[in-house]
Amino acid sequence: MATPKYPGFDTLALHAGQSPDATTGSRAVPIYATTSYVFRDTEHAASLFNMERAGHVYSRISNPTVAVLEERVAALEGGVGAIATASGQAALHLAVATLLDAGQHVVASNSLYGGSHNLLGYTLRRFGIETTFVSPRDPRNFERAIRDNTRLVFGETLGNPGLDVLDIPAVAKVAHAAGLPLLVDSTFTTPWLMKPFELGADLLYHSATKFLGGHGVAIGGVLVDSGRFDWEKSGKFPQLTAPYDGFHGMDFEEESGTRAFLLRARREGLRDFGACMAPMTAFHILQGIETLHLRMPRHVDNARKVAAFLDAHPMVDSVGYPELPSHPDHELAKRLLPRGAGAVFSFNMKGGRPAGRAFIEALRVFSHLANVGDAKSLVIHPATTTHYRMSDEDLQKAGITAGTVRLSIGLEDAQDLIDDLGRALAAARKAAQ
Amino acid sequence: MNLDVDGKEAFAYTAAHAIDAARPTVAFLHGAGLDHSWFGLQSRYFGYHGRNVLALDLPGHGRSAGPPLGSVEAMADWVVRVLDSQGLDKAALVGHSMGSLVALECAARHPERVERIALIGVAYPMKVSDAFLEAARENRHDAFDMSTIWGHAAQVPLGGNPNPGMWMYGDTLARLERLAPGVLYSDLKACNDYAAGLESAARVKCPALFLLGRRDVMTPPRAAAGLAQAIAGSRTLQIGSSGHSLMAEAPDAVLDALIEFLA
Repeated sequence: MATPKYPGFDTLALHAGQSPDATTGSRAVPIYATTSYVFRDTEHAASLFNMERAGHVYSRISNPTVAVLEERVAALEGGVGAIATASGQAALHLAVATLLDAGQHVVASNSLYGGSHNLLGYTLRRFGIETTFVSPRDPRNFERAIRDNTRLVFGETLGNPGLDVLDIPAVAKVAHAAGLPLLVDSTFTTPWLMKPFELGADLLYHSATKFLGGHGVAIGGVLVDSGRFDWEKSGKFPQLTAPYDGFHGMDFEEESGTRAFLLRARREGLRDFGACMAPMTAFHILQGIETLHLRMPRHVDNARKVAAFLDAHPMVDSVGYPELPSHPDHELAKRLLPRGAGAVFSFNMKGGRPAGRAFIEALRVFSHLANVGDAKSLVIHPATTTHYRMSDEDLQKAGITAGTVRLSIGLEDAQDLIDDLGRALAAARKAAQ
Repeated sequence: MNLDVDGKEAFAYTAAHAIDAARPTVAFLHGAGLDHSWFGLQSRYFGYHGRNVLALDLPGHGRSAGPPLGSVEAMADWVVRVLDSQGLDKAALVGHSMGSLVALECAARHPERVERIALIGVAYPMKVSDAFLEAARENRHDAFDMSTIWGHAAQVPLGGNPNPGMWMYGDTLARLERLAPGVLYSDLKACNDYAAGLESAARVKCPALFLLGRRDVMTPPRAAAGLAQAIAGSRTLQIGSSGHSLMAEAPDAVLDALIEFLA
């Protein structure tokens, strides 16, 4: 027998998780717009409920269209499986709520999407789960913040807003030495740019709304488990390794080994919190994933051209893109992100808020909105939008300035993007004078 | 449930039920490099339907202390000592791949202790390629890759998993990567070295079911024909869609066949 080979990324992006529909022959993934599934008989029903047979019962817990997406993302990431959720935020919440109880603690990077920061820093605190935020630039910061009650280490593969590159191998080593799993938000990198499990992360999630879906048409999240973290050996997760009254005394690890986390997350988390994904959403995101391997190189190629243009522009103070030698994580990015550092980055413009306002209003190709990872190029000026109530001093504490502009580079002609930015920067210069 | 067998800790999944010697028993025996959870759905079913279930982690696998036992014969005798440890006279044995050889050998060596055997994904001889053995002996990751890829039907990476949201390749790899060095090699060598198959099959007097995946490239159905002929009255059922990992690839078909066979 010849040495066997796994299917390539591009093939998995198109096929993983789906065979042509057995009943109709449908080649595209059918949208199973159904809440529930007919049981063959009472015995079959009882077996499905008691997890003696595989299958679908109710679409909050699982759905055939959603399952294709889950399996496909798990395949692309090299995980044991996945759970699709109503949003990326729901995926983060599902991960935390599956692993942590009140009185326990998270160590998280302080370079996070604002929504994640809110969830961890404020909302989950109301429910007794505390978070210590640390600078991700030095893995020892995570180590120093770990306490006896810490149960999770968390960061973004490329952090907000400065694109800090998380040193996953080093942070995973710190987490594992303490018997803890490392969860990463992989939204900005996608599996095409980085495979966090190969670097040592244990769990990851995506806001699938962004590059996975890629077209700005659907909100969704996907939580993926590597199956590599040994919950039993850690000894810190009775949620997975001791009988649970909330599921008929099930010991999830004993029951399913590598699938323990996903089993509890699905059977408890989707059942009780209910933040499931709709089948139409899964279909939209699957359509996006089918071209992920074609889109990401173009996103990155365009981002490089735009970053180089901005870096050389006299109205621009700095560009925070890890592929530029000026970025503090330039060397780390070369090591962990050899295919590119994504297509979302910020730059700091001269001229303060008036210049920022004029810049935004002069753009014609870039769309001014609060999203990233669309096929179309997007822009936002935090000081006049999301952070407009903040003083310049407070902005600085949040790692941004009055002239910070965030771009999400799309798939348009790169020269058109550069021309658009050039025109807007000229308008900004006038406004600043 | 933790067991003491030969003074060493061993583990059997019992589907959260205490063992009751008055009830019939089914023991599940996993394949090379795997563990009890490979029979997750099927073992759970029988545990909740009036049977004692002992889904075993063979020594050196899952939660059972090592080292692994180096031969099919040693594993067969160990299964009987597990029954002894629980005060059980008899059991039906359901084995997969390497575990099917263990079930076969156990039925031949201990006919008074084995009521019936279901052999899933079985072949005889169960020869392992030199490249696979060598990779396992050197604890190289490509041994896990070979086990994963050859262990499933060719359509698996492109098809849908009956278990929603799970990626079969990833799940198999994650299990194999948890193994202590040398365990997979020990298992594969035990399969490769097992030479008593036909003689043992001729000694089997209990009912036997062969459950084979038509798309199995590791133990293709034709490779089980000799054994099936050697066991008088055995039945063979082929599952068209499945490769070697029948319990994962065709969980309902396997369960339905076992329900009928063990009734």
